[in-house]
Amino acid sequence: MSTETQTIEALATQEYSAGFVTDIESETLPRGLSEEIVRTISAKKDEPQWLLEWRLKAYRHWLTMEEPHWLNAHYPHLNYQDIIYYSAPKPKEKLASLDEVDPKLLETYNKLGISIDEQKILANVAVDLVFDSVSVTTTFKAKLNEMGIIFCSFSEAVREHGDLVKQYLGSVVPYSDNYFATLNSAVFSDGSFVYIPKGVRCPMELSTYFRINTQDSGQFERTLIIADDDAYVSYLEGCTAPKFDTNQLHAAVVELVALERAQIKYSTVQNWYPGDKEGVGGIYNFVTKRGAARGESSKISWTQVETGSAITWKYPSVLMIGDNSIGEFYSVAVTNNAQKADTGTKMIHLGKNTRSTIVSKGISAGQGHNSYRGLVKVMKGAENARNFSQCDSLLIGNRCGAHTFPYIEVRNPSAKVEHEASTSKVGEDQIFYCNARGIGTEDAVSMIVNGFCKEVFRELPMEFAVEAQKLLGISLEGSVG
Amino acid sequence: MLLEIKDLHANIEGKEILRGINLTVNPGEIHAIMGPNGSGKSTLAAILAGRKEYEITQGEILFEGKDLLDLEPEERAGEGLFLAFQYPIEIPGVNTQIFLRAAVNAVRKYRGQEDLDAMQFLKLVKEKTKIVELSDQLLKRSVNEGFSGGEKKRAEIFQMAMLDPKLSILDETDSGLDIDALKIVANGVNALKSPEKSTVVITHYQRLLDYIVPDFVHVLYQGRIIQSGGKELALELERAGYDPIKAQFAEAV
Amino acid sequence: MSPTTQHATERYLAEFQTFERDHPASMWLAGVRRRAIERFASLGFPTVRDEEWKYTDVTPVANLAVTPIFRANLNGDAARISGNLPFGDIAGHRLTFVNGHYSPELSHLETLPAGVTVSSLAAAFENQNEVVQEHFGKILDAENESFAALNTAFAQDGAFVQIPSNLQLETPLHLLFLTHGEGAPVSHPRNLVLAGDNSSVTLIETYASTGEGVYFTNAITEVIAGKNARVEHIKNQMESPKAFHIATLQIAASRDSWVRSHTVNFGGRIVRNNATAVMGDEGGEVTLNGLVVGKDAQHIDNHTTMDHAMPHCLSHEHYAHVLDDQSNGVFNGKIFVRLDAQKTDAKQSNRTLLLSRDAQINAKPQLEIFADDVKCTHGATIGQLDEDALFYLRARGIPEIAARNILIRAFANEVLDGIPVEDLRQKLEAMLLTRLS
Repeated sequence: MSTETQTIEALATQEYSAGFVTDIESETLPRGLSEEIVRTISAKKDEPQWLLEWRLKAYRHWLTMEEPHWLNAHYPHLNYQDIIYYSAPKPKEKLASLDEVDPKLLETYNKLGISIDEQKILANVAVDLVFDSVSVTTTFKAKLNEMGIIFCSFSEAVREHGDLVKQYLGSVVPYSDNYFATLNSAVFSDGSFVYIPKGVRCPMELSTYFRINTQDSGQFERTLIIADDDAYVSYLEGCTAPKFDTNQLHAAVVELVALERAQIKYSTVQNWYPGDKEGVGGIYNFVTKRGAARGESSKISWTQVETGSAITWKYPSVLMIGDNSIGEFYSVAVTNNAQKADTGTKMIHLGKNTRSTIVSKGISAGQGHNSYRGLVKVMKGAENARNFSQCDSLLIGNRCGAHTFPYIEVRNPSAKVEHEASTSKVGEDQIFYCNARGIGTEDAVSMIVNGFCKEVFRELPMEFAVEAQKLLGISLEGSVG
Repeated sequence: MLLEIKDLHANIEGKEILRGINLTVNPGEIHAIMGPNGSGKSTLAAILAGRKEYEITQGEILFEGKDLLDLEPEERAGEGLFLAFQYPIEIPGVNTQIFLRAAVNAVRKYRGQEDLDAMQFLKLVKEKTKIVELSDQLLKRSVNEGFSGGEKKRAEIFQMAMLDPKLSILDETDSGLDIDALKIVANGVNALKSPEKSTVVITHYQRLLDYIVPDFVHVLYQGRIIQSGGKELALELERAGYDPIKAQFAEAV
Repeated sequence: MSPTTQHATERYLAEFQTFERDHPASMWLAGVRRRAIERFASLGFPTVRDEEWKYTDVTPVANLAVTPIFRANLNGDAARISGNLPFGDIAGHRLTFVNGHYSPELSHLETLPAGVTVSSLAAAFENQNEVVQEHFGKILDAENESFAALNTAFAQDGAFVQIPSNLQLETPLHLLFLTHGEGAPVSHPRNLVLAGDNSSVTLIETYASTGEGVYFTNAITEVIAGKNARVEHIKNQMESPKAFHIATLQIAASRDSWVRSHTVNFGGRIVRNNATAVMGDEGGEVTLNGLVVGKDAQHIDNHTTMDHAMPHCLSHEHYAHVLDDQSNGVFNGKIFVRLDAQKTDAKQSNRTLLLSRDAQINAKPQLEIFADDVKCTHGATIGQLDEDALFYLRARGIPEIAARNILIRAFANEVLDGIPVEDLRQKLEAMLLTRLS
């Protein structure tokens, strides 16, 4: 059976296939946010004093801030006192191997189609699983350990590698950065930590699967990745969430630091629950992702495929500080039904000869609205900066929208900035041509859409690319009449 | 009988384009439909392939006895009807080979045949590319994107070979081709000829018919077939043009 | 409302009281003005926190202690000025306004074809012209735009042009707005242009000054193109290097109409042009082109909106910026495609040449699309002169400076070449050369 046919069958049977709730005991703090809750989270995790103080600073700052309501997507004011800020599966005794992980948990991941065993063997992927807020198990640790690579949960990093965390936490996204990043800084529960030592090329893709499980629990992960001089790492992040009628907040922060000649490639496939056809429920995905290409000739590359969430606000950015450093952003964002995505990037050129590339593909179907919002900023000292941006939108159906807001700010005359954007629809001629060759309309649209996204999928690791294509098909279910 | 068109009338945006077409194609026959610009040739091809913009106001089309107008375009392809487009469509980003494999397997599924696996498919591709002297480099590109006019037409004939239709309709496949490309296309069509398979060649010029010799030639004018004959009719048209026939027709009406 | 301009807002409100008392108007006009000043009072001056004014700080404009001038006064300089009018010798009809008021002695109206109305708006107000009352301010958003509200509140004079259906006005119509005199004069010119069905007209607007002083021009031009009408519009913004210029061009394009506008910006200290075209019926085609040549500390901001409200409309847009010294360019080009506007074809390009280390550009080419069967593209490039082209010219023996000028001229001429009035175009090219040297 062809991939397309499989996709169609999936289309026919699947609504939101990741929408099931795993029934395991979890330890949950009462709803609401206060200084006390912040202290409790920190205490539960045995955190050092400096981190508690950092959280409190963030919390106090957050109290002075206002919830942002300035974009194309409208959402009701969130009740921050009605969110559960900490929810962890009840601890069993320390786990020595995968066998000891709660079978229900493993089943969850199996349902998601990410059998750990399979991935371990076939894909050579080390998986750090985040179940709600606490990292459950980490595979491949030993092998990574040998090379001096640290890949662990954030909590463990705080315990075992406190100096590194202290040095870099908040160095790219300060605690005062924006409303949701500040909230995250106060209450983040767990996340992933990666450190690649000098000269080491991480031999496998590092991967984390995030999942929101408990109803009404906000998810506040914190990811910190540091690539030391001449290091290389490719990191994959996948997200799913079960179905709940209420809207859940996801306010994560990701910080990347690339030192001299280091390279970080960060790929995301996001299919949080988008809500139903009427726009009830779904995740508010308000995420701050930023990388600092600090070192000379360093490189940070973001690739994202966003098919889920009710509302997505996300602008993975790169500060090109080092001379000759490079920033890249490749994005596919799909909105169907009542989904809204406002996503893009900020490329800030500070160093000399810095180069950035932006390729953004927005697909709108149903009543979905897709906005590209980007900033290319060339600072005064950034001699010979180069940027190329391409923002293409594809429309399916007549009630959707595509919006492009590229801000370009240039302060140096040696800069060369090029921006191109186009909007088109899936052409009737194209569909008819496929039909006349025996290919059904859904398959034809799926092919055309995948063709449209090719430049971005090319940037994804192989197994992710396949998953992304499938997701795209599922997300666009029923969008063609 | 493979194809039977009976008293076909069709409108587009309220304007009548076809005004009673009658045509019967038996297995193994090659028919040529000729006529001046605007006579309705391409409309006929589009309706056969299943374009929806036209409103059929009268008449019917039977394909092996089935009502063709009831079938979706992809079902028609499955039944064995193939249209070589006058202007093949470009589909950016979609690899030609992937496109073709999806098409071949969709059509095979319709016909109750097994999918071809990658090896079988490649073997078939290799075999069929020879027929139209098509470089496999083209198959690595996006569908029709950046192809020259001649490459597009050859790719259409190659697709025809891959999909193994019972009835092929070549819509002005010769237009815009130089003589060498024309020969390649014609050779391809001839190589696929068999006692079961039929071809309808829609053309403006006689020269293609030097290479694809028709059994019947029909002249389409103002939405009707106003004259039918053997291959000598095409030569007559080439010599005298359409004017004498038009005049005759005008008198008759 | 910004505290830094609060005082300025109050000053304008106080001034309005005097204005209203000293210049009584018809009940209709008094009502329009009153509503506008109320809107202005609640809007105040915009701040950089407003998305639409993010890159342009109008505090100096607001805070300029302007002198309201309520009638044209040449102080006996008429003869000298009339010999020196900007673009004074291009063929065609000319209406001249001094400090916003019609000056018959500097105007020149040849015999106009029967049915064509070209008059001062003040006269039309005076006569209680019904056409004016029907169309004045109708296509404009004075509800939400501070400067449009301010202009409407103080609306006194400008040009009123009405071309009857089926009439082709062969010679261009030149509207010249001159600021004259010391003491920071302020003017609020207001133009209303109605092109009837199947008519055609070429309209030139020029904003300039007799001196080099500080002043503030706050202009509005409303153009309503009837069915199948053809309107060519050229705006020459040649204000004094110390002047503040804020202007709104509002175009309503009817079915099958064709409107093309060119804005050339050579002058001004702080300049903001808002150009909006609403394609309100099928088959409309609108072009908005612009050229900015910035020097010294000029700040020149162009905000354009192509509003595709109905299907089958075409829009084209090309803006070129040449920025030298510490000049600052802002370009914000919006393309709206509304729900019903299927088969829209919209193209926009925005190119910038930065000639100096201290020049800067902020660009935001923006697409907002709510219909699915559309073709929209926009492109923005920012950079220096093409080094390869420069090298090629030099290798052919052309000295570097000359070679650079050739390339810059070619860049700017992409806009000037489209200007349909030959003698005007030649003058603008000559001015461009002087400006670049």
